[in-house]
Amino acid sequence: MAETICRALRDGSLAGEHAPALTIKDSIPSPFGFDAFTHFLCSLSSNICAGKSQSQGIVLIAFTKSPSFYFNLLKSRGIDASSSSKWLRILDCYSDPLGWKDGVSVSSSTGTLCKNVRDLDGLFSSVLQLGKEMVGPSKARFSVAIDSVTVMLRHAALSCVSGLISNLRSHDYVSCVFWLIHSDLHEARTIAVLEYMSSMVASLEPMTVAAKELRSDSESIFSLKQYSRKGKFHLRLKRRNGRVKVLSEEFHVEQAGIKFSVNSLTNDIVSQSLLPKVQFNLQLSEKERSDRENVVLPFEHQEMGKTTEIYDGRRSLSNYATDLSTTSASISEKQHSDANIVGKGEIHYLRDSDDEEMPDSDEDPDDDLDI
Amino acid sequence: MQVFITSPISLERHLHRASVFARRVILIEDQVETSGAFVLHHLIKRSLSIESSEIVIFVALSKPFSHYDRILRKLGCNLVAQRENGKFIFIDMLKLECPDGDEGNGVGGGLIDLYRKIQKFVEVNASTSPELNRCITVMMDDLSLLEVAAKGSSTYVLDFLHYCHTLTSENGCSLVVLNHSDIYSSKTGSTLILQMEYLADVVVQAEPLVTGLATDVHGQLTVLNKGAIDEHGGVRSKLHNFHFKVKENSVEYFYPGSRA
Repeated sequence: MAETICRALRDGSLAGEHAPALTIKDSIPSPFGFDAFTHFLCSLSSNICAGKSQSQGIVLIAFTKSPSFYFNLLKSRGIDASSSSKWLRILDCYSDPLGWKDGVSVSSSTGTLCKNVRDLDGLFSSVLQLGKEMVGPSKARFSVAIDSVTVMLRHAALSCVSGLISNLRSHDYVSCVFWLIHSDLHEARTIAVLEYMSSMVASLEPMTVAAKELRSDSESIFSLKQYSRKGKFHLRLKRRNGRVKVLSEEFHVEQAGIKFSVNSLTNDIVSQSLLPKVQFNLQLSEKERSDRENVVLPFEHQEMGKTTEIYDGRRSLSNYATDLSTTSASISEKQHSDANIVGKGEIHYLRDSDDEEMPDSDEDPDDDLDI
Repeated sequence: MQVFITSPISLERHLHRASVFARRVILIEDQVETSGAFVLHHLIKRSLSIESSEIVIFVALSKPFSHYDRILRKLGCNLVAQRENGKFIFIDMLKLECPDGDEGNGVGGGLIDLYRKIQKFVEVNASTSPELNRCITVMMDDLSLLEVAAKGSSTYVLDFLHYCHTLTSENGCSLVVLNHSDIYSSKTGSTLILQMEYLADVVVQAEPLVTGLATDVHGQLTVLNKGAIDEHGGVRSKLHNFHFKVKENSVEYFYPGSRA
């Protein structure tokens, strides 16, 4: 499923459509969004290196990590960093985002330094400039990655940030856009705005809801939080025709990066915890089922050589009396003959005569109510 | 680099190893009933021990130098002497107030000055003895007071922290910050502490005992190490829980239940 995202980012956009956009969101109980971000960044990088992708390069807007961190990361994941100047440009919004280091020489040999991140128009034009420099005059496209929209939202209003992302998505040269956001640092509407603009939403959550509850329990009792490097990875895909698909997977963060696995273990846990705890059996055993099938229902005199008579409630009392005697006689007869047959169930049905002295008269039963 | 704060107990064992916290951000969270200041004292003492060549830049926002001098003396560390030989740099910010209005850079101005001061110390120390490759630790004793100085604007504080964070990646510094976890209302104002938790590599939480007061146990300490690397080279998020007792000249750490 993480593969689905990698493929979507690789394939890029169709002419006349917005570029695919991916939101990666996490929260403090499972803060591994950055690992997921680097996973998709590296997968896209290797696709670009191999020439398999639509985009010819990546412009990375780095807010939370230094450019050298990213170069080291790509190197450690076995991606040829020496050729990276051909396909990777880093807009360094990390080293000096607000120009506080004024007067001191800031060397940013690895990335293009951005000294005023509050100016999003400037940011947008430098992204385009870097991208066009990289892919050359041809009509080739490039991808844009933003390593933290959270930081961006600290510096600029939501409307400006969403405007920037929307401009990037609709630009002719942009193949795909993806970004990371910490969902618990923003209002729900902020997250919703970004999710509306993305064709894929990947969210990282702790293992189960039950685990979350347990966590708070243990916090209060033993004061020991469960801190797991595993979790659930949900993906919501929006197709062009409006179809929405939700997929779920598990992830595990290791030193070499995040690993995704389709694991049924969670489903087991979920179904176990969802099934109500009851004291009785909900299902019948094989014997109980066969016994139930053998029960002769009282309305039919089955397998006794008689015609099938179903009580239709329209016979007179005298008819009923004779009928009752024959029925009981036939029952006792049957009991004799079938005594050796095991598991033959019967239901003896006698009409409760007191209540229905006059069966099915046309009298209105609610007559005495005086409505 | 490979040895991190796994436990105060094993931390003592690794005291002699230099640059234990290099390039790491350590967040100490405490509460009003249980002060986490002793963790800070512990880290100062450890950084200034004879075996270590670390330099501490201490940004004091809540307590004066004399306070720390007295406490560290009890712990067997002479801060005055350390200050004279340049291993302990004390930046007194008790009266930090960010100017109002449009003069300079507004509210952020005071924080910009503070950052430039720290940066200058870092660069001076890094350039005087580059061959020693000394690790520099920047400590702040109460982040919430920085927020007060910035007229309650957590954005400026976060910008300031971001710049301090750039020191960790560019100059190999480490950052130790103390903050209070119970002063933020859970609905609105918790973003600063949450942001810090995202930023931090090690979170140390000091809390009172849930079972109430006890004479032998003063509180409990939860240490979360996000990037601990085990002996097989795999990453593990290590989480440890200890009880502690703050004594006159030391702190005792022990596992829950190991004391009567």
